[in-house]
Amino acid sequence: MAMVFDDLGDEAEEFPVRKIRFAINGKKKMAEIEPRLLLVDLIRRGAELTGTHRGCDTTNCGACTVLVDGRAIKSCTMLAVQVDGREVTTVEGLASASELHPIQEGFRQEHGLQCGFCTPGMMMAAKDLLDRNPDPTEEDVRWALSGNLCRCTGYQNIVKSVLWAAEKLKAEA
Amino acid sequence: MFPSRFRYEAPRSLDEAIGLLRDGGDYAKVLAGGQSLVPMMKLRFASPELIVDINNVPGLDYHRADPDGSLRIGALCRHADLEFSGLLKGTQPTMAAAAPQIADPLVRNRGTLVGSLCHADPQGDWASVMLALGGSVIAQGPRGRRAIPLTEFVTGPFENVLEHDEIAVEAVVPPTAGARAGGYLKLERRVGDFATVGVAVAIETAGDAVVRAGIALTGVGGSTIGATEAAAALAGKPLTASSIAEAAELAASVARPRTDHRGTAEYKRNLVRVFVTRILAGTPTANAGAAGTEEVTERAA
Repeated sequence: MAMVFDDLGDEAEEFPVRKIRFAINGKKKMAEIEPRLLLVDLIRRGAELTGTHRGCDTTNCGACTVLVDGRAIKSCTMLAVQVDGREVTTVEGLASASELHPIQEGFRQEHGLQCGFCTPGMMMAAKDLLDRNPDPTEEDVRWALSGNLCRCTGYQNIVKSVLWAAEKLKAEA
Repeated sequence: MFPSRFRYEAPRSLDEAIGLLRDGGDYAKVLAGGQSLVPMMKLRFASPELIVDINNVPGLDYHRADPDGSLRIGALCRHADLEFSGLLKGTQPTMAAAAPQIADPLVRNRGTLVGSLCHADPQGDWASVMLALGGSVIAQGPRGRRAIPLTEFVTGPFENVLEHDEIAVEAVVPPTAGARAGGYLKLERRVGDFATVGVAVAIETAGDAVVRAGIALTGVGGSTIGATEAAAALAGKPLTASSIAEAAELAASVARPRTDHRGTAEYKRNLVRVFVTRILAGTPTANAGAAGTEEVTERAA
């Protein structure tokens, strides 16, 4: 997988490209990229995983949230070159081939989305929370999702969805 | 949005990083958490020619208490590490109160305390906390290491005293002279917004007397403000309703807030008064003594 910036125009002089190796949703990848490429673009354009959404592009909304080495971060605020040697998990990495992840199932059961734009980010932030704290209170969930904005739901059902997922995961454990 | 072009290096040791900075001159920037630097580069407020990413330098992600009682926070210790730290909960009430209030959970997973100090945003929460605690920054460069007290570290908005070939490798909180108490209160319009007002209070008590006090203010001036006279009003005596009221008044008097979309100058100044009072009245020392929480809080209202 290579990132190619075509249309260089007048800037077609040599620019430094770096080769990185990383894993995305368990699959090992290699990419040649400009250091200024953002992680969200490596994911969306390079790996063609468009579940990760670019929302505000200013570190506010959390729609671009993914896990890097298990921690939820905003992929619009990290350079792609920084995932060299690291593991990225996107919303596409939650479900197995046949089954939804309990977090995804929770969002379906509890109607945790309306337009769905913020949903991938919400789910990845929830994943970070539930990995760290399998038995969260409602307050814990609200705290953990406080970096993710939703303009539709009023958050009520999103919080319920994550609590639903926590119960399901506990029952499975 | 994406940054303008830059050369990127990811050194594996501090020496290598310092060498790169030395050669990169004024056009090099250190990248740690990147939660301020990357947005600034995307907005083209910053266009460094060389980025020295220190995330692959091993052994910088610690925070630990040294045998002498000082707390050391490495350059790659993330805000979230401090938020979930068992060490801070029992021993550093001001830091433990501030950590969960930094930005939002996603930024806290990535951003660093030392990076926040270096960024020197007048709205930065950690600068107030470290100023109240009498903290310092350890810089490492080709000429070795030096400790820079926070009072001297920041020279202006987004400016610090680091030489171009120095890296802030650590922040240090000095050992306590007594039992620590204090807190950090912040008003923000929503999670992740800059502070309307933030107040850090750190006191150390021995017996029923305050032996050391520090108060610092976020977001109410062109820089982080150390309310030294307010802190001095607490030192050397027990915490009482009148000493709390005096400190709150003195702290409010050194605030230089401006009226903006977050509130009027008068409102912000009063918040300083209320926050200083609330934090101090909530300390165990105040509750053991004459200063009941309700009585003091009412006085400030």
